[in-house]
Amino acid sequence: MSQAETRIALPQRHFGETRRKDAWWLQPLVVAGVLSAFIVYSTWAALQGAHYSFAGYLSPFYSPEIFGNSDHAWFGPWPLWWPSWIPYSPAFLILWAPGGFRFTCYYYRGAYYKAFWASPSNCTVGKPHKKYTGERSFPLILQNIHRYFLYLALIFLVFLSIDVYHGMWFPTAGSGAEFGIGVGTLVLLVNVLLLGSYTLGCHSLRHLIGGRKDCVSKAVGGAMPYKCVSCLNRKHMLCAWLSLFWVGFTDFYIRMLSMGYFTDWRIL
Amino acid sequence: MAIAKMHIWRGETGEGSFQEYECEFTPGMVVLDVIHTIQAEQAADLAVRWNCKAGKCGSCSAEINGVPRLLCMTRMDSINTDQPITVEPMQAFPHMRDLVTDVSSNFRAKKSIRPFKPRKPDAPDGTWRMQQDDVNRVQEFRKCIECFLCQDVCHVLREHHQHDEFVGPRHLVYTAALEMHPLDTEDRTADLKNEHGVGLCNITKCCTKVCPEHITITDNAIIPLKERVVDEFYDPVTRLLRIFRPNKNQQGA
Repeated sequence: MSQAETRIALPQRHFGETRRKDAWWLQPLVVAGVLSAFIVYSTWAALQGAHYSFAGYLSPFYSPEIFGNSDHAWFGPWPLWWPSWIPYSPAFLILWAPGGFRFTCYYYRGAYYKAFWASPSNCTVGKPHKKYTGERSFPLILQNIHRYFLYLALIFLVFLSIDVYHGMWFPTAGSGAEFGIGVGTLVLLVNVLLLGSYTLGCHSLRHLIGGRKDCVSKAVGGAMPYKCVSCLNRKHMLCAWLSLFWVGFTDFYIRMLSMGYFTDWRIL
Repeated sequence: MAIAKMHIWRGETGEGSFQEYECEFTPGMVVLDVIHTIQAEQAADLAVRWNCKAGKCGSCSAEINGVPRLLCMTRMDSINTDQPITVEPMQAFPHMRDLVTDVSSNFRAKKSIRPFKPRKPDAPDGTWRMQQDDVNRVQEFRKCIECFLCQDVCHVLREHHQHDEFVGPRHLVYTAALEMHPLDTEDRTADLKNEHGVGLCNITKCCTKVCPEHITITDNAIIPLKERVVDEFYDPVTRLLRIFRPNKNQQGA
């Protein structure tokens, strides 16, 4: 594409320069604040390595618990060969996967490029950068790994669904367990529903399930799976924020139960 | 009758300044009506491009209070008239005069996109058969009126002037309309990655926000094209599978 004869006369605007008269700075500020708060809380919660389970409940930050001290651990306590100078927590083995899924998510990319990198801070607002390479070169070219994090996120949905089932069984006076539903069970259920709505509305899933074909009706299962994912995809931003808030709240709720600050009310 | 204070950019080829005009307006008037009133009563030499006055020709694109919009579709009662209203030309294109810019780079960009190449007709009478589900997806893209507001708001073009490396949202919508068409046999993914710079889009969705036809540009056109580029160039599994399943170009018409 040759455009040598066309040159733009207007210079690049300075950082923050715009003739917009609305509160354009509010949205990136809120996004930066909420994302920062979540990152700080989730990092703190992951570093604790304790108070992540209560009865049948397991915090989603620690699920699945591969090594650990609770009854949910697949392979028992943390291995003895782990060097003592490296801090350990069951969450370290888990959080990189859902974290990577959100970090490379198309919606979050657009949001945090605005909020943290001012690229741009908002539409028609001047940028601080002179040079721009977008997602064509390192490191942002790595965002193209998103679909692999999607595969992991889909597996995690299965584990979190199993956690809801475990959250329906409460220890009895003996060594057995009885069926029941507590507030925590509902918290875990809402968590998996919101995460499911977010994950199943993913742009990469929409592509893989039919969007990659010029004739979506010829995809496996016909056009219906594509339509369902597209339906969720239209609410992707909403699901992204709701699921982010709720997964943090779920950890907080179970942590408070485990520390004895909250009481889990039994509904059934 | 109310009075609006208008700050309108006057000048030629990038040189100029805002000039203040006061103009009466009535409920129901759009910004283009006010511009025309000023043109008729105060500034006969004010240059503004317009045509249909119905939001369908895409001629009267400009920036109102710093936001790219169609002059003919922006009602005065939707703007705060207590403060001066700024009206200026689009910033992503070379300035010509007053509110008029040179948008010809868009037509050159469009020519660089491989044209529609349909498969052989399905019936002896030269006609094709398509599922409604398959053709629905590209119908949205055909609503584009080529107002180039999306090109104007895109920071890659507006701030960095990378017109040589990035075709912009409008032409990615055009490419999507061709590339996802159920009859099309052309493969444009290599062009998208190399010449058309789809990787320069960082998904800020500004193009979607300003589209007067409410085309979901980023989610329905650009991201699906980015995913096709991932299939072709970055995903080792799909690259491996392509050994057994050729792409569109290799399949032929």
